[in-house]
Amino acid sequence: MAPGLGAMGEKPAAATTTKHLCVGSMASGLREVYESGRTKDMEWRQSQLRGLIRLLTDKEEEIFDVLHEDLGKHRGESFRDELGILVKSVKYTLQNLKKWAAPEKAEAPLVAFPATAMVVPEPLGVVLIFSCWNLPLGLALEPLSGALAAGNAIVLKPSELAPSTAAFLAANLPKYLDSRAVKVVLGGPNVGEELMEHRWDKVLFTGSERVGRIIMTKAAKHLTPVALELGSKCSCIVDWLDGERDRQVAVNRIIGAKWSTCAGQACIAIDHILVEEKFAPILVELMKSTLKRFMAKPGGMARILNEKHFQRLSAYLEDTKVAASVVHGGCIDPKTLTIEPTILLNPPVDSDVMTEEIFGPILPIITVKKIEDSIAFLKSKPKPLAIYAFTTNESLKRRIVEETSSGSVTFNDAVVQYALESVPFGGVGHSGFGQYHGKYSFELFSNKKAVFKRSFLIEFMFRYPPWDDSKIGTLRHVFSYSYILLFLTLLGLRR
Amino acid sequence: MMAAASSMEAEVAALRARYAAGRTRAAEWRAAQLRGLLRMATEMEAEVCHALHADLAKPHTESYVHEISLVKSSCKFAVKNLKKWMKPKKVPASLMTFPSTARVTAEPLGVVLVISAWNYPFLLSIDPIIGAIAAGNAVVLKPSEVAPATSSLLAELLPRYVDGACIKVVEGGIAETTALLDQMWDKIFYTGNGKVGRIVMASAVKHLTPVVLELGGKCPVVVDSNVDLHVAAKRIAAGKWGCNNGQACTAPDFIVTTKSFAPKLLEALEKVLEKFYGNDPLRSSDLSRIVNSNHFNRLKGLMDDQMVSDKIIFGGQRDERQLKIAPTIYLDVPLDSAIMKEEIFGPLLPIITVEKIHESFALINSMTKPLAAYLFTKDSNLQDQYETSISAGGMLVNDTSVHLTNQYLPFGGIGESGMGAYHGRFSFEAFSHKKAVLVRGFAGEAKARYPPYSPAKLKVLKGVLKGNLGVMIQAILGCPRGK
Repeated sequence: MAPGLGAMGEKPAAATTTKHLCVGSMASGLREVYESGRTKDMEWRQSQLRGLIRLLTDKEEEIFDVLHEDLGKHRGESFRDELGILVKSVKYTLQNLKKWAAPEKAEAPLVAFPATAMVVPEPLGVVLIFSCWNLPLGLALEPLSGALAAGNAIVLKPSELAPSTAAFLAANLPKYLDSRAVKVVLGGPNVGEELMEHRWDKVLFTGSERVGRIIMTKAAKHLTPVALELGSKCSCIVDWLDGERDRQVAVNRIIGAKWSTCAGQACIAIDHILVEEKFAPILVELMKSTLKRFMAKPGGMARILNEKHFQRLSAYLEDTKVAASVVHGGCIDPKTLTIEPTILLNPPVDSDVMTEEIFGPILPIITVKKIEDSIAFLKSKPKPLAIYAFTTNESLKRRIVEETSSGSVTFNDAVVQYALESVPFGGVGHSGFGQYHGKYSFELFSNKKAVFKRSFLIEFMFRYPPWDDSKIGTLRHVFSYSYILLFLTLLGLRR
Repeated sequence: MMAAASSMEAEVAALRARYAAGRTRAAEWRAAQLRGLLRMATEMEAEVCHALHADLAKPHTESYVHEISLVKSSCKFAVKNLKKWMKPKKVPASLMTFPSTARVTAEPLGVVLVISAWNYPFLLSIDPIIGAIAAGNAVVLKPSEVAPATSSLLAELLPRYVDGACIKVVEGGIAETTALLDQMWDKIFYTGNGKVGRIVMASAVKHLTPVVLELGGKCPVVVDSNVDLHVAAKRIAAGKWGCNNGQACTAPDFIVTTKSFAPKLLEALEKVLEKFYGNDPLRSSDLSRIVNSNHFNRLKGLMDDQMVSDKIIFGGQRDERQLKIAPTIYLDVPLDSAIMKEEIFGPLLPIITVEKIHESFALINSMTKPLAAYLFTKDSNLQDQYETSISAGGMLVNDTSVHLTNQYLPFGGIGESGMGAYHGRFSFEAFSHKKAVLVRGFAGEAKARYPPYSPAKLKVLKGVLKGNLGVMIQAILGCPRGK
């Protein structure tokens, strides 16, 4: 039985708050724990993952409550996007952990015979995870599960902008996990900055580009390796689709990936659509009618996070040219911080709504003459976290994959790639670097140590000085793996 | 300087345009470049050895074994495996998204910068660019100005052997490097020291550029008594003084052995050193010189340090005019002396003694993580313990340095010794982006995904996410009924 679980009668450590935070002593305490070997132990890692699963199942109702408090998410959305995926993911990690942690044999060249070569995964040590407010449970616990699986000690700093979830994590992680090796630190940007004054063996940051740069700058002082999961404008190309059924399915999925995903406040939500001008009216009509159905009951869409984001989003609509492009919705209510699902048709491409990451329930639709023109549009923009395309045209699909660059590409659906453990999740270019999910989470928090073992048997004298031409000649055979020539040379049959 | 910076901007922009036009993507182009580099290393062997001798007084054999042949085998390995590495990998798609297929495809990052070091100036320039080219990128190489003969040789040769429009050499010192770091890169690969490594990473923030930093550290060698002493001594000596006279990131920095074994080890090392370099090592043509007076003075400072100068037990000869220092061994220098705190990067070898060999682990763990950790022992228990207790980029048992010749092993540091790795497939991956591609059709529509949400829908979602096949089938068939 792995040590240190609250359930075994030990008093869990209280979560630290800004008032009592002493990062230095917390970090060195964690390092001592790590160096004792506690977190490397396979049974410990498995017990932590099981503890996480128990937390997610025992506290399901409370989780729905805090996500609703923070973001107004309906439990259906919370389960689909956060809780359900997490449980599935942690189970997958638990199933595969032994395999991932096992040393991998590598080939050793014959000249090194006898020798064994291996790549041995080892934990990095003490790692720091910053999570974001929009998927406050998922973006904290998915990386946490990877760091635990890899055998690290961990500090988690949840976003203060989702305070109920942060408090929930601070209260419950010490109960279900080994509180001596996993710490939750609450607080705002100043706490984040203080944390980054110290050296960590890895930092994973999910959030905005602006803060990502601050994190990386501070990390550079200590040569702390970082992974940055940043935002971007995820484009969705919608090709001409035949048949009512396909069209309806596409629209369902588009609406699901925009308004049903934290009201568009997600790094992988559809930011805007690119569609042929002929198809645009069909698309818009179908979207309007489907939106009406989906949003018929309250709770169909999460809340805008706070006043600041409400102002930011309302400001997009205050631009007169943008306001003129509204074809659906557009109503805002400052009292309830509500913005109804809004569709824009061809707002100016240099307007703020078309240059900044929207992160909200406003969907610009940009029309192009031919659908292939959307590829040039994509290539002119910074690389996004995801590109989506609804199409049955195989040649268009191929061109999108080969000519554009993004974290990922999904055809005929959106956002679902987040739930797939077999593919890496992460950005490229301005959308970030470093990948996780599934085995990639394990690897993100591991060091792949090369281990090469030789024996004293078989010693080649031509390795050593003093040098002369015949030694060089022999070495040439070695390096071109000319084993026969080498053999003959060793036998003295060739110079 | 302004003119230089803006012309650099224009050059990088031109590279970016060529990359965007798809010039570096085709497997044929990549293979052709790699073969070009292979031809260059073969045809220009004499010229390269000559430059390396000018820069470092590197013996011809070292130049051949440690630089040219490694470049050649790296090229061949990349050409052989290129198609395999480029092929997208099918991965399981989840039943949740049925029907669907998923794959991971490697795409180039774009336009990358490789900054090389002075001690293996040919190898550390070409080896990383092999990876960058194999992965389909356009490349700028900045060789080290501290090895000027090799730098200008590379600037002259590369355009003759590879596509100079997509693979460029930019020579220069701090000013040119700073101007380069100001440009936008899709990856920066730097080999050198930790101080500059920090500057590179800080510059990379500007464009959110990911970096690989191949840095240094103090590579420890633990020598147990249960060894074939003569072979061990030779391998240690070859890894230390046979590698650019200790000026190598993987050179053994210091030895830890037991008090009782130290005299035997020392005797074996002295015997080997005499065999390798004769009685007057400063006159041996098989010993590299110290690269420049800066480093010579640095090493002189380490030797003249009062804390250690009386601990010298072998060697110590030096010739300032020729910038040569002979193999020098110290016994039990204080652990807080400069020679034990900084990376030596030279021909000075401290031997630290402990009572029991296991005490070496705590000593090593009290220092920053090294690029390589070495152990000499036949005892397999000790080998296992070393492997699990010591963290390093790489570990080698019963030899030194040779692990980096194995194309199947990742080569890179951890902590202060760096981040990222390369060699073989790892080079290709260092310069690639693994893009996930998920392909669905319009079938398999699960209404339970969408609002308005209901308890019945939630039940279906739970079943689906738990992998409950029966529930999934129901979901695909369109349950729950209605909206």
